[in-house]
Parts: sequence; C-alpha cells; structure tokens
Amino acid sequence: MTKKTKDEILYDHNHDGIDRRGFLKCMAWAGTGTLCVMQGGVLKSFALDRGSDPGAAAANGELSFVQISDSHMGFNKPANTDVLGTFQAAVDKINGLSTPPEFLLHTGDISHLSKPEEFDHVDQILKSTGKQTFFVPGEHDVLNDDGQQFRERYGKGSKGAGWYSFDQKGVHFVGLVNVMNLKAGGLGSLGHDQLEWLEDDVKHLKSSTPIVVFAHIPLWTVYPDWGWGTEDSAQALAYLKKFGSVTVLNGHIHQIMQKVEGNVTFHTAASTAFPQPEPGKAPSPGPMTVPADQLRSYLGITNVNYVQGQHALAVVDSKLG
Amino acid sequence: MRIRLCIARLAVPVVAAAILLFAAGRGSVASAQQAPAVGVEVKIDNFSFGPAAITVAAGTTVTWTNRDDIPHTVVSDDKVFKSKVLDTDEKFSYTFTKPGTYPYFCSVHPKMTGKVIVQ
Repeated sequence: MTKKTKDEILYDHNHDGIDRRGFLKCMAWAGTGTLCVMQGGVLKSFALDRGSDPGAAAANGELSFVQISDSHMGFNKPANTDVLGTFQAAVDKINGLSTPPEFLLHTGDISHLSKPEEFDHVDQILKSTGKQTFFVPGEHDVLNDDGQQFRERYGKGSKGAGWYSFDQKGVHFVGLVNVMNLKAGGLGSLGHDQLEWLEDDVKHLKSSTPIVVFAHIPLWTVYPDWGWGTEDSAQALAYLKKFGSVTVLNGHIHQIMQKVEGNVTFHTAASTAFPQPEPGKAPSPGPMTVPADQLRSYLGITNVNYVQGQHALAVVDSKLG
Repeated sequence: MRIRLCIARLAVPVVAAAILLFAAGRGSVASAQQAPAVGVEVKIDNFSFGPAAITVAAGTTVTWTNRDDIPHTVVSDDKVFKSKVLDTDEKFSYTFTKPGTYPYFCSVHPKMTGKVIVQ
C-alpha cells in the first residue's frame, strides 16, 4: 500500500509549474521506491513499500509504460546462472501491475552473444505481456554482423543502424543507437547521420511536447573510465534544449542512476540478468556476484507514468525481489 | 657378404634420413631465431589485455584467450585483423608477418586497448 509522506513541496521559482527543487529531492529517494507525481502543478511524493505495486498510483496517469533492460539472454556465469528465470520473473511482475503498461521499451543487451536462440527466448517470454515492445540494441546485440540480425528482428521502419521515433498520447519517443562503430579508447557514439536525423525529427515539434529518448549506453557521462557515456550526446541534447520535458532512459550499467539537469531527467535501469559494480568500486565493470538470496534485489523493471499537461514523467523503479 | 650389402643398402637411406633430419633441424633452429617455435599468449581478463603491450618478431603467431566472464573481441585499429566475438575460454590467433605497430581494442568495450609491436 502507498502511504503519503509529509512533504507537499511547493517551490515554483521559475514560475513555470515545475517544482525542480522538490523534484530533485524526490528523485533522490526514487531509488528506494518512491513515486513522484505531478498533480495540478504540485509535486507529491509517495513512499512505496518494497514489493508493492508501483502501478497503483499510475491510475491517475494517462500514459504508462515499462522500461526493461539488459536481459543478456544466454549469460550463464556465477553472477546469474538462470537469466531466463529472472527475465520471466520481470515479465511476471509487469503482467501483475494493476495498471498494465501500454507498451514496453527494451533498452538493449537483449541477448548476450547475439545468437538467434537468445533473441527467440526473449521474444517468447515477452509474448505473454500481449503488448508491443520497442527495442534499441546494446553492444551484445550487434556482435559479428554489424547489427543486421537485430534490425531484421526489431528494426522495421527504422533508419540507419536502427534509430526511429513514434508518438503515443502526445509524447514523442525517440529510440537511438549508440553502440555501433565504437572507436578504440572511446565511449558510446551516435554518429553524424543519426544526429542529423534527430535534429530533423524534432525540429517541428512544439516545445510543450514531452520527449522520451531511449538508448542503451547512458547519454550522460556516468563513468568514462569504464566507457559509461556517449561522446557526442551533447549535440543530441542541444537539439532537445527547447523542450520543457525530456526524459532519457538508458541501460548498460546494470544499476539505477538518476540525474536531473534543467528540463532533462536522466535515468538508467537495473538489469534483469545481473548487477554490475558502482563506478570505481571494483577493478572492472564486469558482472558482480552477490549472495544468491539477494540477487533479485539487484534486478528490476522501471515503470514510467505521464499525466497529460504535466511537465515531468514519474519514473519508478521496482526490484524483482 | 650379404650382411655387408644389407648394411650398405640400409646405410644410404639412414644417412640420407639423418642428413634430412639434420637439415630440417638446422632449418627449424634458423627459423626459431626469426620467430619462436611457441606462439605468444595474451590473456583477456577483467576487461583488460594482459600484457597490454607486447613486442614480437615478424612471423610470430599471437593467441588471445578470453579468461573473463564476459565476451570480448580483438580488433585492429587499422582493420588489419578482427576476431569474431570470444566467449569465456575461446581463442583468436593472428600471425604477424610485417614489422610495425599494431594497436587494437575490444569493439564491445572500446576502453580496452592493447598493442603488438612487430620487429
């Protein structure tokens, strides 16, 4: 059950209906399961008990979707010897939400080794949602073939390496690919063609249109030593500067991280397969083995709700166990 | 008489074989001075190539073995060589015939870099 906390934050210094200070404070709690919802220009926060249903509060929202990420189907090392089971558990959780999502976003590393049977397993399990899933590739999905198999499976109507956009209930969604043509010593990369396409794609949209961008590698620099960033994302964000609400959803780092910068909220999702260490807390960013009874607490899904007319989307992470 | 003939008949091929072996031995010693009879190993582990920089003689075969719990690739910066994706315990070998410097990286995790110097 949700219980309302004491805070009803009411700072509107910019006189634009966005309670940034309150939102920042709220986002700092969100990792523990806090729902922040804008209602009538006022930010309200609801603490969620672990294991509770994040979809309940979404009943007030107009658009609800789920981000799922880094399923790494085919991985079988000690960090998780049953990625199929934990992916099934994630989908079961989605199917159990009291407000079902309209669709799913998968932010990449669907497979572990780009093998056809790995993609097949994921597709099979996702069928039970009865919803469409929109995919962007991770670096594990484009091995050996420059992403050809990925595009054949998931890239209908996409351009270039697999980028595309679509609209739902007045929200403009943009799927970007930043895992191709990576350079030695470099970070993720969008490339000139994709950036040109993005500029053109959003050019004629009203600045009041909420934007959701989803891509695999974070579009902000989380930790460059481990390649956790995109070298040309600043250009992409420049094209989105005019919009009042931009939500960036990423994966790749297998842990939840958030950042608010002006009108842009950045969020990375947990993996459904295995956790990775926090930046700099281990010699390398490889799979992190945790006690078996704790594994599911490090994995999760993300529920996102949009209330039409409000600025910020509510982003709620929930653990698998 | 017969025995001596037999020995003589045996001796020629034996001596010939010995000469061939000796020559082959000489040959392999000579090529060992140009390239080691055993190849050079690079271990991939913990998101790094070890050793990250190696110097080898022209004609050496370098073998990369992935000991990490995550797949990696070995890709030359200048497109001279490119492995398929290597899962744990999989290997990739390349024989360097021309002297030069060959920087390479993992195309899946581009922060992982290495270098082969061929003399």
